[in-house]
Amino acid sequence: MNRYPLWKNLLVLAALVLGFIYTLPNFYGEAPAVQVLPLRSNLKADAALLARVEDVLKAAQLNPEAMSLDATSVKARFNDTDTQIKAKDVLHAQLGEDYMVALNLLARSPQWLTSMNALPMYLGLDLRGGVHFLLQIDMKGALDKALESDSSDMRSSLREANIPYSGVSRDGSMITTRFRDAGSRDKGEAELNQRFSGLEFSTREEGGEYLLLAHLKQQEQIRIQESAVQQNLVTLRNRVNELGVAEPVIQQQGADRIVVQLPGVQDTARAKDILGRTATLEVRLVDDEHHYAEGGIIPFGTEVFKDRDGTPLLVKKSVILTGERINDAQPGFDSRNNEPAVHINLDAIGARKFKEATRENVGKRMAIILFEKGKGEIVTAPVIREEIGGGRVQISGKMNTEEAKDTSLLLRAGALAAPMEIVEERTVGPSLGADNIARGFHSTWIGFTAIAIFMVIYYLLFGGVSVLALGANLLLLVALMSMLQATLTLPGMAGIALTLGMAIDSNVLINERIREELRNGVPPQTAIHEGYEHAFATILDSNITALIVGVALFMFGSGPVKGFAVVLCLGILTSIFSAVLVSRALVNLIYGRKARLNKIAIG
Amino acid sequence: MELFKIKKDIPFMSYGRYTTTISLVTFLFAVFFLATKGLNFGVDFTGGTVMEVHYAQSADLDKVRGQLGSIGLNAAQVQNFGSSKDVLIQVPLKQNKAGSKLSEQVMEALHQQDASAELRRVEFVGPQVGKDLVENGAMALLLVSLGIVGYLWLRFEWKFGLAAIVANLHDVVIILGFFAFFQWEFSLTVLSAVLAVLGYSVNESVVVFDRIRENFRKMRKTEVNVIIDNAITRTMSRTVITHACTQMMVTSMLFLGGETLHYFALALTIGILFSIYSSVLVASPLLMMFGVSREDFIKPEKAEVEEVLP
Repeated sequence: MNRYPLWKNLLVLAALVLGFIYTLPNFYGEAPAVQVLPLRSNLKADAALLARVEDVLKAAQLNPEAMSLDATSVKARFNDTDTQIKAKDVLHAQLGEDYMVALNLLARSPQWLTSMNALPMYLGLDLRGGVHFLLQIDMKGALDKALESDSSDMRSSLREANIPYSGVSRDGSMITTRFRDAGSRDKGEAELNQRFSGLEFSTREEGGEYLLLAHLKQQEQIRIQESAVQQNLVTLRNRVNELGVAEPVIQQQGADRIVVQLPGVQDTARAKDILGRTATLEVRLVDDEHHYAEGGIIPFGTEVFKDRDGTPLLVKKSVILTGERINDAQPGFDSRNNEPAVHINLDAIGARKFKEATRENVGKRMAIILFEKGKGEIVTAPVIREEIGGGRVQISGKMNTEEAKDTSLLLRAGALAAPMEIVEERTVGPSLGADNIARGFHSTWIGFTAIAIFMVIYYLLFGGVSVLALGANLLLLVALMSMLQATLTLPGMAGIALTLGMAIDSNVLINERIREELRNGVPPQTAIHEGYEHAFATILDSNITALIVGVALFMFGSGPVKGFAVVLCLGILTSIFSAVLVSRALVNLIYGRKARLNKIAIG
Repeated sequence: MELFKIKKDIPFMSYGRYTTTISLVTFLFAVFFLATKGLNFGVDFTGGTVMEVHYAQSADLDKVRGQLGSIGLNAAQVQNFGSSKDVLIQVPLKQNKAGSKLSEQVMEALHQQDASAELRRVEFVGPQVGKDLVENGAMALLLVSLGIVGYLWLRFEWKFGLAAIVANLHDVVIILGFFAFFQWEFSLTVLSAVLAVLGYSVNESVVVFDRIRENFRKMRKTEVNVIIDNAITRTMSRTVITHACTQMMVTSMLFLGGETLHYFALALTIGILFSIYSSVLVASPLLMMFGVSREDFIKPEKAEVEEVLP
């Protein structure tokens, strides 16, 4: 009656072995490391880069403990932070601007563990130190800006179409165009309706004037907001690269917020400075008359900028347009040959200037340059094929869809960055992080020991089995956290401690049930069987209610609450497994084979 | 070892009137303090800036206050945190004109005074974020309550669901009452502890309810109050042992977990103590009051009736 079939024993054994393997990396700890990432799309992290990094380090007599190469970067692990920082400086000086050199922590676990994806738990910022920012995008500002440029465009399109109107004004989210008579309003409506697909028009008469009212369509509003978020995400990603942070987290939260987490960053002032910087965009002409060789003479009235692949180009100093004149830039397709293209939409003033410039420079190239921190980079340099009027510009040719997307994002980043504001900041210094780990670890360890002593005294052998089951629970929980790479925070550590305290409940329920059966005069073997059977329904019920709490906390919690909720949910799952299956397997091994059992050690 | 060798069932239900009065009184006290004193919400909810600064020697709080006053932060709260070398500075939102840049201004000012000042932690929460967190917390509480009632309804009967949630919300209100009375800081971490208590305390009620249901099936023709008394008495031992174990863990956190976990563990301690009480002496009398009966679980046997047919 108290024997598990072989497969059940094997299942328990397999779970424990797996649990042990995936918990293992946590014991090796982490070592300081340097990570080298190529920043340009034509540079790859490959064996050649690995060899180059190795040579640089060897030349500087810095000996890495280990070096590795993955899909995006080369990593070198060192013995101590001193060597790590020296290595960072040397690599940064030797490799130049094309590579990002970041400080990182790497697991010290042996290669065979890493190769089977067994990594230590991912520590949250409150444990490893670092900065957490929550940025809010000013959506009202983004919409206002779009409406403002629409209203000035409406003026110029009416003028171009020779439709008489008495005024265009914006009031909140409504653009009102006034006409003297119904005829010109109808013409105006037809003209504008065709030009502005994102607006919805309606008409009204007021005080002898014929009004044409326009507001943004719902889907257009959503599109503007989404592109504002996307564009800010890209901008932030580019800037964080510059900070040299390994494993930054930059993600959207809700409709209009972005979370930025920078592990290990201490200089928060610099981080804020870089994140809050504004980029500008300039359109200039490329000087193709002079030839430029690297290190050569730069002709008068020109400057040299590099494009995204690092090729230098000679560009004239006079500016045709700045980014403020660009309303929007979207990836799309060329209507003639269906090739990927970028569609740029200029405002009225921009359109006029652009028309003049293109008329005079057909056949030449123009360069769109993105300036950040006073440093310019050429986003794209297309040839002007013909005079372009009307403010609709298309850049196409030699571009795939991915590049079209990137280019339009960069153009928007320089043009209409919807303003962002830091609405939440959490910074934890590295010493506090280390303290938090030690505290969390200590309190869990001491609590566990206290429970273990008590259980063994109170339930004797069955208490011992319960403690082993609890140990298995801890092992499986840590393994699961490591496997999923879920973020462990200080409240998460509290969650581990609390789950252990709560998980013992299942074993107490079982042991009490067995005692009760024994008191009722049931023979020991039957008592064990009945005890486990009866307790199971209760264990399931009480754990499911706890799981409901965990899931709700996860859904609505943020930051520390979420970290706690993850551990709570995982802990409930592992505790059901270990309290019921693991402890039963142990009891079965101890007592299951004895045919005649008169007494069991349950106190 | 066995601590609870109870031969006869303890007549808990006959104390019902007293215990209900006691819990009603504690509950009203808690509500009273919540209404008059209110919760001392932490920076997570109110918005503002909290900074933890570490000094090489014991910090002179008055000098720190003076220095902060000189940069216009006279409403800043300055206190020791954990040890005499650690200082906690809290700046309310309304005095903070620099937003997220405030922490740099403060550190600059403190460095002029003492170069050993080391910034250990900064938390800046804008007003909108605080409001969202309050809303999300309330949503979580509501969802947890509904989820628990729903599950217990499915698994047992609506009377059980209702009795359990009333008993457990009573625990939650009492914890909040304690935080209001002592003006302990109520942070996000404490909120998660309170919600965890809700789950934990339901856990407790479920164990007793499970026994009650089982007794209804086994002990036929017994009075309802005897059935409940028997269920509570026989789960007594488990209740106390389990809570003792959980409390060992929580006590260890209370003293060794550091400042961040201190109030978390404190909320749990109060929650654990009251959840023993409420599952035994609030949930069960409520169940009686709602008129739980055997018929809720076992369909009455239909008596054979003679039929007259034309």
